Amino acid sequence: MPPLTIDARGVTIRFGAFTAVNDVSLTVAPGEVFGLLGPNGSGKTTLIRGLCGLVPLSAGSAVVLGHDVATESERVRSHIGYMSQKFSLYEDLTTRENMDFYSGIYGLTPRQAKEREEELIELTGIAPYIDQYAGRLSGGWKQRLALLCALLHRPRLIFLDEPTAGIDPVARRDLWNLLFRLSAEGISLVITTHYMDEAERCARVGYIYLSNLLAIGTPHELKQMPGVTPPGTRWLEIYDPDTAGLLQRLRARPGVQQATIFGQSIHALVEKDRTLAELGLEGAKAIDAEPSLEDVFVTISRAQTGKNAG
Amino acid sequence: MDNGFSFQRTYAVARKEFLHIIRDPATLFFALFIPVLELFMLGYAIDTNVRFISLVVLNQCRTEESKRMIRMFENSTSFRVTHEVLTDEEMNRLIVSGKARVGLKIPEDFSRQIEAGRSAQILVLVDASESTVGNVALNVSNALSLQESLRNVPNLQSLLIESRPRMLFNPDTRSANFFIPGLMVVMCQMMAIMLSANAIVREKEKGTLEQLFMTPVKASELIFGKLLPYLVLTFIEFAAILFFMWSIFQVPIHGHVITLLLFTLPFTCSFLGLGLYISTRVDTREAAGQMAMGTMMPSIFLSGYVFPLDSMPTFFWYVAQIFPTTWMIDVARGIILRGAGWSELWIHAVILWAMGLASFLLAAMKFRKRLS
Repeated sequence: MPPLTIDARGVTIRFGAFTAVNDVSLTVAPGEVFGLLGPNGSGKTTLIRGLCGLVPLSAGSAVVLGHDVATESERVRSHIGYMSQKFSLYEDLTTRENMDFYSGIYGLTPRQAKEREEELIELTGIAPYIDQYAGRLSGGWKQRLALLCALLHRPRLIFLDEPTAGIDPVARRDLWNLLFRLSAEGISLVITTHYMDEAERCARVGYIYLSNLLAIGTPHELKQMPGVTPPGTRWLEIYDPDTAGLLQRLRARPGVQQATIFGQSIHALVEKDRTLAELGLEGAKAIDAEPSLEDVFVTISRAQTGKNAG
Repeated sequence: MDNGFSFQRTYAVARKEFLHIIRDPATLFFALFIPVLELFMLGYAIDTNVRFISLVVLNQCRTEESKRMIRMFENSTSFRVTHEVLTDEEMNRLIVSGKARVGLKIPEDFSRQIEAGRSAQILVLVDASESTVGNVALNVSNALSLQESLRNVPNLQSLLIESRPRMLFNPDTRSANFFIPGLMVVMCQMMAIMLSANAIVREKEKGTLEQLFMTPVKASELIFGKLLPYLVLTFIEFAAILFFMWSIFQVPIHGHVITLLLFTLPFTCSFLGLGLYISTRVDTREAAGQMAMGTMMPSIFLSGYVFPLDSMPTFFWYVAQIFPTTWMIDVARGIILRGAGWSELWIHAVILWAMGLASFLLAAMKFRKRLS
């Protein structure tokens, strides 16, 4: 077993009386693509900042790339890449000037910088935009440039905070292809996202809700969690021409715990012993299905909210 | 990995900051052109010497002596007769309406009293709402009366005491000589504080600071790298104003320019530090601008730039001493106008260096604290 890229145990981060991250333990292996999901304000970004040593841990410990973040945050930071959700390069500098600046900041010699820059220009295909002001690039190219700048110092771990928010689907797919290439080279990636299809692409996923890590595992493992499909219930995928009308009727039925629209179909959590007729689904096409990741997150969030309220 | 201060990282930051400066012509223009504009305004338009005060004359005497008195007022160049009236009411009205600043009334018995060897009275009404004009009017009219009185003393051989003033350093009492050295200092201060406050706040505003925090760059490298280009820019501006002052406004420089520039270094540092401190307190450039302005005001009004320190109440005199500007203006006038050097100004050097280092270090510490 190679050493873990991230080994976080019981990480807790408090700001005064507010606990932003509560007792989070997780591991990330070399080359792993780890997805961090959760609503805005749940503590994802704070957790990342804690793992970079930017925010002190109130309790627990985290070893990143073999360095303890509490005592060696500077060493940690010189081996990680970070790409924030907001474009955070200099818009009044050209692509090349931004690259040169970060090469300097990461301490590359001019020769190393030139070599590495050429390599990454090749990898990202940004050559045609090399002398354009970063502010004039499209959203997708901006994100690629940001990724490029985060890769200059050959980091072995990259944090990406909502890297695909607000960019078009083609650019999104290109970016993911790039990320998988990096992963194949053994670079670990920690990605926060709100897109479920992106979560499905991750090797493992952690779900943070109200500062707590509620679930962690492969997407498949999460769908098998007992809390998602309580004993005596099952998930149905239902097709009907009148999706919206059926949803209304379905929600009013006894025995239906949850129902929501997924494109052309309805996902519903129903009691196992109810027949389709009892659920009012005789005309519709209903098949047993696996819960989607969204079903998983919604269900465990509700359970947690109920627990907090109770 | 190195854990020390890295010149390479500092250089990378300085280079980037330099690019920001040349990519933002508006800021560069504001920083370089406005001070020059102000220089020309102060150099050409403003004259603190009071001349040609408008005078309304009410001459009820109409004798040779009375006309002579009026001519003396006119010849002093401090006054200019703009109105001649016949009644007290007219004279009052002109003063109240602001058409005349000073009223001179020579009563009917003026010549008769002189001839009789008695004290003849003239009435001088001074509009003192503008205090400098009022003071000049008062002094000049007193002097003229005294002079005219002495002329009428029979057999006057010589005065018992004669004052022979010599105007040192600025013999023509030109306003430019007084204002421009102070202006240089104030401009230098404004640039240093505005540019350094903006430099960090801009990165906060754009979210680029967040990204920098994720890199191994240190607070000290960031500060030095960022402030270095602005220090250079401030020096260029200072030198430019100095050059214009000497070449266009003909203000002679009696001391050494190098000495002056050496004093500018700690002075600029103290305001780069203040700008940095402001940038740790606010999140937008607007707020930074307002805060910078707020700190500018007292140091402009209390530094002796416009209003003399000597006439300040004791409390404010002491307050004035805590502004580096007060000391630097004294240095600038000392070197440029009085030809002062290290032997006269060493205490200024000690104080300015102490202030510069203290401000810079405190700001850097505060900035560092914010980082972690």
